[in-house]
Amino acid sequence: MGSITLRQVQKHFGEAKVIPSVDLEIKEGEFVVFVGPSGSGKSTLLRLIAGLEDLTGGTITIDGKDVTEAAPAARGLAMVFQSYALYPHMSVRKNIAFPLKMAKMEQSAIDKKVEAAAKVLNLTDYLERRPSQLSGGQRQRVAIGRAIVREPSAFLFDEPLSNLDAALRGTMRLEISDLHNQLKTTMIYVTHDQIEAMTMADKIVVLNRGNIEQVGSPMELYLTPRNLFVAGFIGSPRMNLITGDYARSKGATTAGIRPEHLTLSKESGTWKGKVTVAEHLGADTFLHLDVEGIGQMTARASGEFGAHHGDTVYLTPDETKLHRFDDKGLAIRA
Amino acid sequence: MATQNTRTLARLMMAPSVVVLLIWMAVPLAMTLYYSFQNYNLLTPMNVSFAGFFNYQYFYTDPAFFQSIWNTLLLVLGVLAITVIGGTAIALLIDQPIFGQGIVRILVISPFFVMPPVAALIWKNMIMHPGYGVFADIAKFFGLQPIDWFAQYPLFSVIIIVAWQWLPFATLILLTALQSLDSEQREAAEMDGANFFNRFIYLTIPHLSRAVTVVILIQTIFLLGIYAEILVTTNGGPGYASTNLTFLIYRTARLGYDVGGGAAGGIIAVVLANIVAIFLMRAVGKNLDK
Repeated sequence: MGSITLRQVQKHFGEAKVIPSVDLEIKEGEFVVFVGPSGSGKSTLLRLIAGLEDLTGGTITIDGKDVTEAAPAARGLAMVFQSYALYPHMSVRKNIAFPLKMAKMEQSAIDKKVEAAAKVLNLTDYLERRPSQLSGGQRQRVAIGRAIVREPSAFLFDEPLSNLDAALRGTMRLEISDLHNQLKTTMIYVTHDQIEAMTMADKIVVLNRGNIEQVGSPMELYLTPRNLFVAGFIGSPRMNLITGDYARSKGATTAGIRPEHLTLSKESGTWKGKVTVAEHLGADTFLHLDVEGIGQMTARASGEFGAHHGDTVYLTPDETKLHRFDDKGLAIRA
Repeated sequence: MATQNTRTLARLMMAPSVVVLLIWMAVPLAMTLYYSFQNYNLLTPMNVSFAGFFNYQYFYTDPAFFQSIWNTLLLVLGVLAITVIGGTAIALLIDQPIFGQGIVRILVISPFFVMPPVAALIWKNMIMHPGYGVFADIAKFFGLQPIDWFAQYPLFSVIIIVAWQWLPFATLILLTALQSLDSEQREAAEMDGANFFNRFIYLTIPHLSRAVTVVILIQTIFLLGIYAEILVTTNGGPGYASTNLTFLIYRTARLGYDVGGGAAGGIIAVVLANIVAIFLMRAVGKNLDK
């Protein structure tokens, strides 16, 4: 249970073709992340799958059944919203029980399921509280609880962590991954945060202006980005993209080298640069450099590499890790 | 977060309005209280003397007294019921995206701009009139005997007129409340399998409870003092069938030239209003504390 297929799915809002045409195959039990900058259509795509928007064209199939015209509730999916969308006047217990109550389940069965879900999510002590009395992370868990009890064929997450602070985001990321390992249910997760995408996904779908740029595992996207957009979007800090003589000498229009694949030295190297900003993170230091003949570049150094604003540093790229792109922005694979 | 400094300044700035309000409230109340203990009839304005509780006794023993209190409550409750239920229904309707939404909304709100006596006269002469009113025409079209509204259902007729005037107010407040309902909550309920009816019961109504409270409290204040609509339609009759407390006070003070008796009625009305207010705050006030 939980395979989803999109065939030539289109969505237009008036003249605006938010999603020109998308084909996508999501296998049972996969954790799929839709990632892209804002306005890339990732949330729209999720809402199309959920049934909260009507398709302009194409079909959606869930478990072999065409659900293109089906109502949201009939698709057997559960969604966790960005704002959590908890019902403010109901206790946590009633919030979690709501989908079961709507399904006209018996009260004793509802109680049992709610208790079980609360136990999994560490909410047992909070069942009688109102959402307004909970912290952000707890509300998030209630929203997940409300999704779990339905035992859906797939979970849909719409930027669920973007309202949480950084520390809590890290914890919730782990909890959601953990939940996926326990339930083994298909999950579709929308985010603009590539760290969430990289850490949680089995499969990442990179979207840009409603088009799928690349689909693959996190490491595939990192190691072999199909085009300039993916190369620039995946990886943090961003890949350095170099045009000009150096790229031509490698037989490409644009050459890409990630900050972590540059060797730094204070004595000698291929390029000479001046440090504009040094970000010391402890274990790592990110150096933003003004490199002669190239321009702005970013490099990763170890935490011990002492460099400060104004220092001169030499860079040497690891040419086995070089990415090459042609004049259309597509990757050249040797 | 206020410092001592800003608190002092704030009090200073508030002082004039508080003082004016206090005088505005206290002086008329004190004068009413004073006159309620005086024998003061405008037919014999020279003979003013202390009356003790005679005015209260006089007002209390008026044959219309209990009926007028009952009518006051019926009027308030009837109008509240119609405006809250009808207002919710209309708000739900005009919340839907339709062609010409702006014009429809203005039309819906427009009864509020009509002055009460004008509205009552229009209802009396053009809508409810047994001879040439719209309702009579409809009745005749179906071959029925036209209803003489103000003779057969005087209080109910007044309730309908007043409810018509206050419906836009309730609609407007409830519409803004509807529009503040989080769309993600509605979508979440949709995904949870709630149909339109269930979404209304479990999501919309609890969400509206606050706005309904505001509508009830504000309208009650005004509805306790309804007067013009009664004056121009039924004049309190037939008998005392549509006389409320305000109208009884008017009758005593202006038609009977009895200032003392009217003042005593006014004080009784103030007491009644406070009792209603206490009940209301108990019943619905907690909705405001969320």
